[in-house]
Amino acid sequence: MPTVLKKIISAILTILIVSCLVFLAFSIIPGDPAVAKLGTQATPEKLAALRASMGLDKSVPERFLTWILGVLHGDFGKSYSYSMPVTSLIKDKIPLTLMLTVYSFILMIVLSVVLAVYAAWHENSLIDKILQILNQVIMSIPPFFGGILITLFFGLGLKLFTPGGYVSYHVNFGRFMGYMFFPALAIALPKSAMAFNLLYTSLVEEGKKDYARTAFSRGNKTKDVFYKHLLKNACIPVITFLGMALADMVAGSIVIEQVFGIPGLGRILLTSIQNRDYPVVEAIIVIIAVLVVVSNLLVDILYRVVDPRTRS
Amino acid sequence: MSKKTETNNKKSYDFNLIVGIVLTAIVVIPSLIGLFWTPYNPETMNSSLKMAGPSLQHLMGCDNFGRDVLSRVMKGSTTTLLIGLGTVAFGCIFGTVVGAFTGYYGGIIDEILMRCNDVMFSFPSILLALVFVAVLGSGKYQVTVALGIAFIPSYARIVRSEYIRIKNMDYVQSAKLAGAADLRVMFVHMLPNCIRVLASSVLIGFNNAVLAEAGLSFLGIGVQPPDASLGSMLSEAQTYLFSKPGLAIAPGITLIMMVLGIALLGKKVDGKK
Repeated sequence: MPTVLKKIISAILTILIVSCLVFLAFSIIPGDPAVAKLGTQATPEKLAALRASMGLDKSVPERFLTWILGVLHGDFGKSYSYSMPVTSLIKDKIPLTLMLTVYSFILMIVLSVVLAVYAAWHENSLIDKILQILNQVIMSIPPFFGGILITLFFGLGLKLFTPGGYVSYHVNFGRFMGYMFFPALAIALPKSAMAFNLLYTSLVEEGKKDYARTAFSRGNKTKDVFYKHLLKNACIPVITFLGMALADMVAGSIVIEQVFGIPGLGRILLTSIQNRDYPVVEAIIVIIAVLVVVSNLLVDILYRVVDPRTRS
Repeated sequence: MSKKTETNNKKSYDFNLIVGIVLTAIVVIPSLIGLFWTPYNPETMNSSLKMAGPSLQHLMGCDNFGRDVLSRVMKGSTTTLLIGLGTVAFGCIFGTVVGAFTGYYGGIIDEILMRCNDVMFSFPSILLALVFVAVLGSGKYQVTVALGIAFIPSYARIVRSEYIRIKNMDYVQSAKLAGAADLRVMFVHMLPNCIRVLASSVLIGFNNAVLAEAGLSFLGIGVQPPDASLGSMLSEAQTYLFSKPGLAIAPGITLIMMVLGIALLGKKVDGKK
């Protein structure tokens, strides 16, 4: 398994590079956080004292070193605007965003696989054609507008859920999952349209290959050939897409959280960007970077497991 | 049998093309007009027309400040289109230069740049743009630059692989033998042969840029008032979703038509290749 080890090392390196770049970017931009906090009327002594307490009096490499060592221990420093440790500020928001992402990921897989298999099975039927057109349209709906449409249709029209009526999973897990279904659907829909497209094309392509024709002509049941041979091979190009989709979904959940009023990482990231509260922004970006890199790594490993040809 | 499917394919392509052209025209023509003229001033507020429904004077009604929605949609799609164009131009130009140099020369710089590129590429572009907006601040120019930077890796990647493919072709070699300078070989001889591949990715990139801009403006960190973009209009309309859902529909549908139309055109360009 040396290649897997190499991948893991490169993933760790990637995370390090990202955190380094993020820290550097927020260190070199003009503007003094101490001035921003105290206002331009503050006395120089007060400013100096605040800078010292924020650790801003040290040089950038020194600050980076303290910061990265802290991050390794799960300490992201102190928020500028909330005067509390970043870790306790975002700790209970991470599972929320993570759950939303995983929820929509599962929804995407279920939706795209079921529909693509159905459409490829009934190739050129009316439903297949309708699905193709619908697919193109859904791909063009920006996720947040999809969220608005879902709120309008399911929330205000069918009254299946109360818009803005978010329930914490500590209070009632069932209702939490019920509410989260709709934001998850908003994230999953455009992605499942793309996954549908990929899986459908690849299923149809595989069906034309020699091994499939041989399997059919040897008198195997069509259903067996479809599920045992075609689907397995058709999944391979889709897996690469899944890695990118998962990363996109993390970002997508940040946007969708705003539509459905979910107090996850997205809301605090946005307020921190607007307040120029850089420790919080840095922390959230590093966390998201870890999520993205880990999901890519998992997909890479999954790829090897599924497709023996890539194992050298 | 095979002939029949062929003609069918041709028909469906043309169908895509027609729908694509029609949708794009419906969105682009009014927004081009919106550059010079809108039925009303999109920023003039009129308290007597607050939340007015559609009428002959105001075809799409008025918003919460009594501003004419049609004028705002026209102006907003102009902003969205211009930011999309600016982003693609920025990303495409810098991406092409980076891709051309790394693909042509290779070596250690190629290794380092492509490593960075891979890192950036694995991140969702809206997230990258969020980081750059956090650094640069919000506003229409900042958003264009932020998105443009976020789009460089994808173009660099495409151009680099094209350059690696064609740099050993005979015409490139003979141009070099004829004494053409490296820059001339790269941008006069090789670049025109990448245009086709670039063209379809420019259309896809344009769509992604439009969606990302709308997303950023929807989050309130993109285009700032008094400028309007389709995304910021949607975010304003979301507050009044219960009392006046129509406010969200107009910019939303415009956005979908814009993206869908260009996606269909992109399919056509891609299919020709």
